[in-house]
Amino acid sequence: MKIAIIDYGAGNLPSVERALASLGAETERVVRPEQLDSAKAIVLPGVGHFAAFVAGLRERNLTSSLSKAFDAGVPILGICLGLQAMYASSEEAPGDRGLGFFHEAVQALPTNVKSPHIGWNQVERSREGRLLRDIPQDAYFYFAHSFAAPGSSEEVVAVCNHGVPFAAVIESRNLMGVQFHPEKSGETGAKVLRNFLESVQ
Amino acid sequence: MTLARRIIPCLDVDAGRVVKGIEFEGLRDMGDPAELAARYNREGADELVVLDISASVEGRATFLDTIRRVAEQLSIPLTAGGGIRTMEDGQAVLRAGADKVTVNTAAIRRPQLISELAQQFGSQAVVLSVDVKRTPVSWEAYVRGGRDATGLDAAKWAAEAVSRGAGEILLTSIDRDGTCTGFDCELTAKIAATVPVPVIASGGANTFEDFREVFTRGKADAGLAASIFHSETHSILALKRFLAERGVPIRLNR
Repeated sequence: MKIAIIDYGAGNLPSVERALASLGAETERVVRPEQLDSAKAIVLPGVGHFAAFVAGLRERNLTSSLSKAFDAGVPILGICLGLQAMYASSEEAPGDRGLGFFHEAVQALPTNVKSPHIGWNQVERSREGRLLRDIPQDAYFYFAHSFAAPGSSEEVVAVCNHGVPFAAVIESRNLMGVQFHPEKSGETGAKVLRNFLESVQ
Repeated sequence: MTLARRIIPCLDVDAGRVVKGIEFEGLRDMGDPAELAARYNREGADELVVLDISASVEGRATFLDTIRRVAEQLSIPLTAGGGIRTMEDGQAVLRAGADKVTVNTAAIRRPQLISELAQQFGSQAVVLSVDVKRTPVSWEAYVRGGRDATGLDAAKWAAEAVSRGAGEILLTSIDRDGTCTGFDCELTAKIAATVPVPVIASGGANTFEDFREVFTRGKADAGLAASIFHSETHSILALKRFLAERGVPIRLNR
């Protein structure tokens, strides 16, 4: 099965491709909406600025195709900014609309801690999810971000704490997301991606 | 749940080979960058830094090729730089597979470079590298590999760089670099207290205890070293175990 990777014009695409390929997955870079018509699973990678991300999707007419894929039940994994883009909006780009799969707003990390939150951190699970299956409770994941989705929402499977608890892993129906970078999180990160691949097969 | 302190090996690269600079007089070959990168990835390094120390225009294509070869070996973050002068230079390094780009001399000459890179790629992708020497009263930033004084106070420059969008400070003590006398912990503590972003300490690492000190007294978020790891004086895993046993938050699982 081919994994569709959204290529919005920037970001960590090659390393995500490499990580998936090393697990035996076939990937396809998606730059046109019709490429999503037959997609069986979608990865939304991303680093950088929220505004650049949503503009990149809009310019390629991918925004409504992603919503259609979501409605059709196609599994979608958002990574870092890709997770944030699933929300309605972000404090990083007031006035810009995200994909709106979740109605909350992405917020800036508080000013009483170092920001960006860069480095390896642990997460705390509130329930058993698909992405963290068979991963030790004390495992570390690599984070690099200044904004985050709220940790209190229903879709949150695990939070990380940096000044405030924020969404580290989300799962809701066919939507999955990680605020950390699984493609940069060593063997633990590879296990997260393997769990994603297994959950969509 | 605590953010782990990071151990970061650094590859100084010249013409596609890892080298050890001896006070800018001679260079010793330390091996192939991709091979060393694979080893550090395996041994539990938290991140890797690759610096183009030739920083010549002719060497640029070779360096980009090195980044590509190194990135292929890694499942951890990669920072690359050396001689980055323009947005396009930074973009090329990130496109080649680096997650972050370091800027140094060119950013002091034209601080706008930091803003441009941060706007395009985000603060988490922009690392200010600053080479620092002690003065009788404070610390001064130097450029061109530590050769030229700038008159800039290191803490003030770091703060300005952060206000322009730098997401991390890679802080090298020129006084300690290559001396094996330990990190300049007063310097790292001073900068860490000044800026709201992570500080990577560099220069002078020799013993496990040096790392413990820079994480405790020096308040550093990460410790960087080159030759002590290349020469296998210290294994990264042994260093990390030493630190974890002494209560420093460290990532031990891979």
